[in-house]
Order: sequence, then C-alpha cells, then structure tokens
Amino acid sequence: MSNVISVRGLKKSYGSTQAVAGIDLTIAQGEIFALLGPNGAGKTTTVEILEGFRTRDSGEVSVLDTDPSIKGSAGRNWRNRIGIVLQSTSDAGDLSVQETIEHFAKYYANPRDVDEVVAAVGLSEKSKELIRTLSGGQRRRLDVALGIIGSPELLFLDEPTTGFDPKARRAFWALIQDLRKTGTTILLTTHYLDEAEALADRVGVISQGQIIEISTPALLGGRATSLATVSWLSASGPKSEKTDNPTALISKLSADFPGEIPELTVKRASLEDIYLEMIGGDDESE
Amino acid sequence: MSQNKVPSALTIGIARGGLELRQFMRQRESVVFTIAFPIMLLGIFGSVFTNELTDGVTFSQYFVAGMIASGLVNTGFQQLAIMIPVERDFGTLKRLRGTPMPASSYFIGKVIVVFVTMLIQVFLLLIAGVLFFGVNLPTDPAKWFTFTWLILLGSAASTALGIAFSVIPKSGRGASAVVSPVVIVLQFFSGVFFVFTDLPGWMQQVAAIFPLKWMTQGMRSVFLPDSFAAREVAGSWETGRTFIIILAWLIAGLFISIRTFKWDDQR
Repeated sequence: MSNVISVRGLKKSYGSTQAVAGIDLTIAQGEIFALLGPNGAGKTTTVEILEGFRTRDSGEVSVLDTDPSIKGSAGRNWRNRIGIVLQSTSDAGDLSVQETIEHFAKYYANPRDVDEVVAAVGLSEKSKELIRTLSGGQRRRLDVALGIIGSPELLFLDEPTTGFDPKARRAFWALIQDLRKTGTTILLTTHYLDEAEALADRVGVISQGQIIEISTPALLGGRATSLATVSWLSASGPKSEKTDNPTALISKLSADFPGEIPELTVKRASLEDIYLEMIGGDDESE
Repeated sequence: MSQNKVPSALTIGIARGGLELRQFMRQRESVVFTIAFPIMLLGIFGSVFTNELTDGVTFSQYFVAGMIASGLVNTGFQQLAIMIPVERDFGTLKRLRGTPMPASSYFIGKVIVVFVTMLIQVFLLLIAGVLFFGVNLPTDPAKWFTFTWLILLGSAASTALGIAFSVIPKSGRGASAVVSPVVIVLQFFSGVFFVFTDLPGWMQQVAAIFPLKWMTQGMRSVFLPDSFAAREVAGSWETGRTFIIILAWLIAGLFISIRTFKWDDQR
C-alpha cells in the first residue's frame, strides 16, 4: 500500500512560538487516521499545512505525491483529488442544500452524483430547504457533503462532530464508516476520544508541537497491557483490586461466592484516561 | 474511472456569477439597498429641489447624473467592500480556497454580480427619472458612446477598488460601518447631492483626487446640455482627463487587489 500522506521533520513557528516542532507522519491509502491533541498543540497548524492553507518553515511534506504548497493549474489538479471539511463555516444561508452541492460539483473534474451525496449525508428530506433553516448538525453534514462531492481520494475532517448531540454523532460516524468502504483515506482531528476509538485505524497524539505516540486506539499508551481493575461487593462492603491477570482473580472469586459475584466489573483504562496521562493534563491550555 | 479535466476558470466563474446573483436576489435588504434606495433618493431630491438651474435644466436632470455615477460606486466598491469581509468572516473564502476553484473564477463571479446589479440600477434610475421627474435622455449618439464607456470603465474601477478595500474592514459585521461613510462623504464631496461648483474650493480639490467626482462629471457631460460645460470648474467637460483618471484608479485597484487579497484572517 502506498502512502497518501508522508511528513518528515515538519516545523512551523509563529514569531517566537514554535507551533510545530518536527513532526514525522505517514498515512497509508484507505486508512482513517485520527490526530488528537489539546488546543494549541499544533494540530490545526499541521493539518492546515497538509491542506495547503499554510506554509511551512522546514521539513518534507508529500500529500498524494504532491507538495501542498503547489500553485497554479497543478495546484487545481491536486485540490481536485482532496476534500476539506473545515472547522466552521456559516455561509450562503440563502441557498438550498441542493443548490449549494450542485454548485460545488461544478468545481471538480469527476464529481459524485448530487442526489447520491445528499442521501449519503442524510439530507434528502432537507435538500430543497435553505441552509439557514438547518440545525447545527445538519449544517455539518452539508459541510461533509461539500467535502466529498468531488470524489476525493483524501478527506480532511477537522473536528467534525463538535456540538453534536449523541444521536447525531452516531449517525455521523456511520457516514464516515461508509466512506471508508469506498477506499477514501481520511485524516480526522478531534477532541473526542470515543470518536477516535470508533473510527480510526490509528491515532497520533500531538503535544507541544510534537507527536508523542502513534498507535492503534486499542494499544495507545500501553492500554492493552495496563492493569485491569476488578471490583465487586464483598461481605464487608465494596472491594476493588488492580491486577494484570483479571481472569485468575475472577475464577478465585467465583469459588468464594455460591452464585453470581455481586456487582462485578472489570475495567481497563479508557482511551481518555490514557490520553490525559500522556498529555500531562494540560488539555485546554493555550 | 474516466479522468476528466477540471473545468475552466471561466466556466466556474460564470457559474459563480449565477449563484451569487441568485443569493443577491434572495437577500431583501441588499435588493432594497442597492436597487431601490437610489431611486428613493432621486425621488426625495427631485421633490425637494424643484427649481431650474438654468435654461430648462432641472435639478433632477443634474442629480440623475450624480446618482448614476453613485450607482457605479454602490454596486461595485460599496457592495464588494462589505460583502467580501463577510465572506471572509464566515469561512466562505477559506472553503473555496480548499477546492479546485481558481481565484480568477471568484473574481469573475464578483464582476458578473456587480455588472448585472449595476445595469439594473442604472436602468431603473433612468426609467424612474424619465417617467416621474422629467429627466430628458440624450439624443446624440456621441453622448451615448460616452455613457457606455463611462459605465464600463467606472464599474470596472469600482469593482477593483472594492476588492482592494475589502482587506481594510477587520470583521464582516463592522464592514458596513467602515465602508458606507467613505462612500457617503465621497458623494457629498463629489457633487452628487449638490451642484459641484457650489461646493467650497477645498472640497472640490479633495474630490478631484477620487474617481467619483470624475464619474459624476462624465455623467453630467452625458445628461446636461453642452452649454453647461462652461459652468464646470475647468470650463469644459474634461472628457480625456476623466478617462485617464478613472483608468488610473482601475489599474491601482487591480494592482492592490492582486497584492493584498486575503482568503482568511490567519497567517
């Protein structure tokens, strides 16, 4: 499998602040990669360099075998192959969903079928409505529709579900999983650890301008081998025990109890616990 | 999959023009402000100043020249210098930047919107002037020739300057407050609302730097009898100088636009 994105030694400073301090990253074709990190960690800067919105100070960057700083007609051909869903847009409220998607389809060489895209993002019933009548979640779906209308090989999703209710988030995840089936490579940034876990093949954690770990959601931060906490209700009250061998502990317990072990739970560190530990609890710090 | 080519800049630009016109027509305030407001002003001034300036020339006749020149500034400069910061604030520009749409298509779209709204405004002003305020249209083909190049060149300069000025408002919300006073002051200084030669000398000299004064003077040469030329500051219509000064502003506007246009607020 070839690499859709490859980054080596990427650096970017704003004045005396180093936003990106030497990042290496490769993303394979068809992969969903989630970039996690607190605000101000360099996440947005990194992604915007890959999207061609910002220049870099140094380092090698290749996106679909192209340097994103490319300009002119070669730049247009490159942009024809990517889709970008930005953090927030609130424009063109006076056009209908369908009009807007139809219009964006005209920018691309091989656009997808408009009705099919409207249906894919679950806006068929809203296709004739003006954008300003849409809810926040519906607008976000429209953003995604505009990101995928050009049949991109690579899709950038920047915090796609911020402000969604849980039901809308689930529906959105299903949409992204459908895109995966079409072979689209996706680079996702998110604040939500459950989102990364549900969608991503691999996650990268970025902190203070550097990637501190890249792994699968299940293995991140030694999660699979971390101690499990077994809790139950003993005769003398609630008890819990940390162990690297929970199965043995439970079979020992089941010998002590005649039937069910009361209030038995086995818990491993959540991705969020691991993540917060990794970034040293400096989330939300600018 | 068949590998088609990305559509041409012109094709996309025309599509953008159509889309932006549709948006324009759906925004009641923009339609009212851009199209109906100048006609209202013509009505108000035409009713207040009913005196004749001289031998059969009414103030309405004088004023319609100024209003058409103002129309070039309203539909181009004012409209774009307000609309573009709003689009920048909303993320519209950044989103477009992330698509294969070339920058030139965006500007082609803007030129189409300006040109169509300008034609509608000028046409309605002339109709209203003739029907309700006794405005006489010129009969000399040479005057219509002047009229044509004035609206083409004036509208082009106004468009370029609107795009150039669009970097100045810091936010979309504040754009109107920054841009509108500039336009209104220029209108007063340039002899749109008053007879230009009645204005104080320093005001005339300031106005002479800016293109609106020249567009207004050019339109007077179209709508007023040639005998009126003697009442201009220079004692003539100064048609050649008018052309050169508006052209210079067009070139300056294009130059600044290309150098300074911003797609988003970030570095």
